[in-house]
Amino acid sequence: MTDARNGDDFATIHTRPAARKRLARRYRAERRFRFFGAAAIFLSVGFLALLLGSIVLKALPAFTHNFAALEFDLSAPLEASDPATADYDAIVRNALRDRFPEVAGRTLRRELSALLSSAAPVYLARQFQARPAGTGFTVPLSDTADLYLKGLLARSRTIVATGPAKWTTSGERGALETVTAPDLRAIENAFTGQGGQDGQRPSILIEIAGGVLKIGQLDANIPGGVWLARPRETGNAAEPGQWRIRIFDTPQAKRKLSDRQIVWLDRLVANGTVRPALNTIFFTRGASREPEMAGIWGAVVGSALALVVTLALAFPLGVGAAIYMHEFARPGRWSRFVEVNINNLAAVPSIIFGLLGLAVLLNVFGLHRSAPYVGGIVLALMTLPTIIIAARVALGAVPGSIRQAALAVGASPLQTVFHHVLPRAMPAIMTGTIIGMARALGETAPLLMIGMVAFIVDIPGGFADPATVLPVQIFMWADFPEAAFGYRSAAAILVLLVFLLAMNGAALLVRARFERARS
Amino acid sequence: MAPLFVLVVLLLVGLALVLAGRARAVALVGGDTTALASRPAYHGAFLLLAALVPAASVLIVWAMAGPVLTGWLVVASLGEALAPLDAAERGVLLASASEFAAGRGFGTPSPLVENAAMAYRSMGSAVHWLFGFLATSGAVAGALWGWRKIAPRWPARPYVERAIITLLGAAAGLAILTTLAIIFSLVLESIRFFQLVSPIDFLFGLHWSPQSAYAGVGGEAGTRTGEVFGALPVLAGTLLITAIAIAIAAPVGLLSAIYLSEYASDPARAILKPVLEILAGIPTIVYGFFAALSVAPFVRQMGEAVGLSVSSQSALAAGLVMGVMIIPFVSSLSDDIIRAVPQTLRDASAALGATRSETIVKTVLPAAMPGVVSALLLAISRAIGETMIVVMAAGLAANLTLNPFEAVTTVTVQIVTLLVGDQAFDSAKTLSAFALGLMLFTITLMFNILALKIVTKYRQNYD
Repeated sequence: MTDARNGDDFATIHTRPAARKRLARRYRAERRFRFFGAAAIFLSVGFLALLLGSIVLKALPAFTHNFAALEFDLSAPLEASDPATADYDAIVRNALRDRFPEVAGRTLRRELSALLSSAAPVYLARQFQARPAGTGFTVPLSDTADLYLKGLLARSRTIVATGPAKWTTSGERGALETVTAPDLRAIENAFTGQGGQDGQRPSILIEIAGGVLKIGQLDANIPGGVWLARPRETGNAAEPGQWRIRIFDTPQAKRKLSDRQIVWLDRLVANGTVRPALNTIFFTRGASREPEMAGIWGAVVGSALALVVTLALAFPLGVGAAIYMHEFARPGRWSRFVEVNINNLAAVPSIIFGLLGLAVLLNVFGLHRSAPYVGGIVLALMTLPTIIIAARVALGAVPGSIRQAALAVGASPLQTVFHHVLPRAMPAIMTGTIIGMARALGETAPLLMIGMVAFIVDIPGGFADPATVLPVQIFMWADFPEAAFGYRSAAAILVLLVFLLAMNGAALLVRARFERARS
Repeated sequence: MAPLFVLVVLLLVGLALVLAGRARAVALVGGDTTALASRPAYHGAFLLLAALVPAASVLIVWAMAGPVLTGWLVVASLGEALAPLDAAERGVLLASASEFAAGRGFGTPSPLVENAAMAYRSMGSAVHWLFGFLATSGAVAGALWGWRKIAPRWPARPYVERAIITLLGAAAGLAILTTLAIIFSLVLESIRFFQLVSPIDFLFGLHWSPQSAYAGVGGEAGTRTGEVFGALPVLAGTLLITAIAIAIAAPVGLLSAIYLSEYASDPARAILKPVLEILAGIPTIVYGFFAALSVAPFVRQMGEAVGLSVSSQSALAAGLVMGVMIIPFVSSLSDDIIRAVPQTLRDASAALGATRSETIVKTVLPAAMPGVVSALLLAISRAIGETMIVVMAAGLAANLTLNPFEAVTTVTVQIVTLLVGDQAFDSAKTLSAFALGLMLFTITLMFNILALKIVTKYRQNYD
């Protein structure tokens, strides 16, 4: 206290500007650091949300499909001795033509038929043979028609007219007269907006009085063109708000769906013939070149078959190896070598296991290409280290007193393990096994190597039938050029993720029950 | 259904043996099982093993030596018909004949091949019957021997237990066998590849276009194929994408781990840690799909917005997504390691007046560094071996470039491209996939071993 300067220093150590500044800087650095940490977590979680969100959005359209309920004339197969021989192609074709009697000529009729899936006759035949007395049969639309109705193809914008209009008709052609300036400008803008050549121009469809006029020219401010659908016979004037201008910015030539087909589809929807329904095809069928007939069931069965083999091999072998290493192997160079080996094996890239399967299982042993059991063996070799490591940890967690108690009452070492140690470790081993199986279910690369990437239409019926698996199916669909396959690919991903979620949920459940039993 | 039927029959026979051995042991002591040295069930299992061991040994010999024996017999039976052919032609002929014999032949066989295929079929079935007979008689003899051995004082249990422990040991040995099989298959096929293409050309060549190698076998093909199997651009592409991935995963993963272990409250941690682990549980095909359909176009648009020309299969897009995929590897390993640093170190640092971040950066991280480095090495190894993301989002053409906006290819992409679909198994093109596989295996193994070494060498013992 005698030294005043010293006392002053003590009192001002945090009040001197330099010290305060330094402290503030350090606190700022602290906040910054903490912010970076939170930002890193936020980034990961945000990416996860983005990934799942984009896949769910992309998958949803594939879970429904538009089906057409037409009046099929099934008298021919009803009377035929063998209903399989009837000409379902013609039945489907005629049922659709009956709806559009005005459509004439080969090209137009073919354009009309293209609205339905090319597999529609087969689909109808199957339904009919399943219940010949039934009615109300439906057939799937083609993938492009379906995508249009879901708003994923040939998007358009609609302008509701603000002024009145009069229409004239001469044969197939028509024109709009006395169109007010704002509406005319809207038509003009779209008409002259891009390019000018016929095929490259946006399509402008005028929906007026139940008809659809496709604008083909703009002479003297009178939009004229072809009627794609005829207007009402009575009257020739539409009030403001009673007619609309629909503009398809993508030119017809660059679309998979023509203007006519769009008009037909809109009419089928308006009169309730075409309705979306749950896409049962997607859940019950195998692969197909037609997106609307492609399903994941074949891949699901293939995955299940492969996983059964994987489980049957990897579980006993993995648990056996873990028991040996943890309970019986004498510690030493050899057991350390085995352990290092297993740890390394767990980190070997999965594609290497595929090369092993190709070189050894297929080429040396001559096992079946594309067969689920070969896939199962490869996946088992890949999953084995995971299960061994999980089982060793589980065995290690069993208290030594259990072993000593068993040995003390005269159990042999093997009896000790199988009667007392293993049952205690089993829940944790099962958790590890389920997680290993989940990883095997999502694995793609090694299965590409052993030919499970083949295009297989039939649902596999056994372990040796050629098959594909869910992740490989996703991979193949993602590569196909048709847009509809992209949506199906996302939907298949969703199915895969649901399976994985179920498996991981099961693992959590096992662990939770185990922990409750212990406490 | 035939294999299933055989399996059921075998299981029934096995069950019968167990019951018979058990019944015999019980009968020998007149129902007083306390007079038995081992419990009746062990006698049953003993009888089963007595039959199983010789039969299984025969089957193992069959699996390993059967095809070779068949081959010898076929060559012997064809005799002088093979005389005019040299060794290579003979090999090709026998290989295609065995394919035809198995019903997997392609095209129309020549008469000689057809003869050989017939010989394969007849010799194959002869060998089949021979080993079948040996296995059956071995089982019968073993069962008879076991039956006679069963006695009240016979120590069945030690025998059975020894057999079971041997089986458990064999299961552990399978891990070694798998590693050996991987190494042998990769090395053998690579040696065949290096007979066609010099290892120098492969490792240091700057041009990779295996599709343009012609499949011809012979002298003049060698020079031509040597020029198109330079793996350096492929390796460079792999490293570029891996570098991008690590540049994302290392900071994000490490900072996540620090935040989780040092800052997050317990409830927040209980939610956030599993959420991060979901990232690790998502199949790579899903990441690949996302990379190809969402990230790559997005990167391209971003690049074009600022006036860069970005390939639609840019290394950046693949690397970005791969980086996110390996975040959980880095974060969850680092998290465990950071939490293992003893609290006393933190307390000491705090006592000296350090803020939390100063404690972490100057005390906790240096203590955790070996573990963090090995976590990063494991993540790198994972990124190098990752396949589906790059197959779907990276390119096929091998560009030797460091520009992340261009398309590059990787080792795994090339392996998949070369081996998917039908291949002729002796062309340099197909074999090059195995050489790439060997390269991949060696590199990832080196990273794994290095990671393990660092952890064991620099592990701090705080106890």
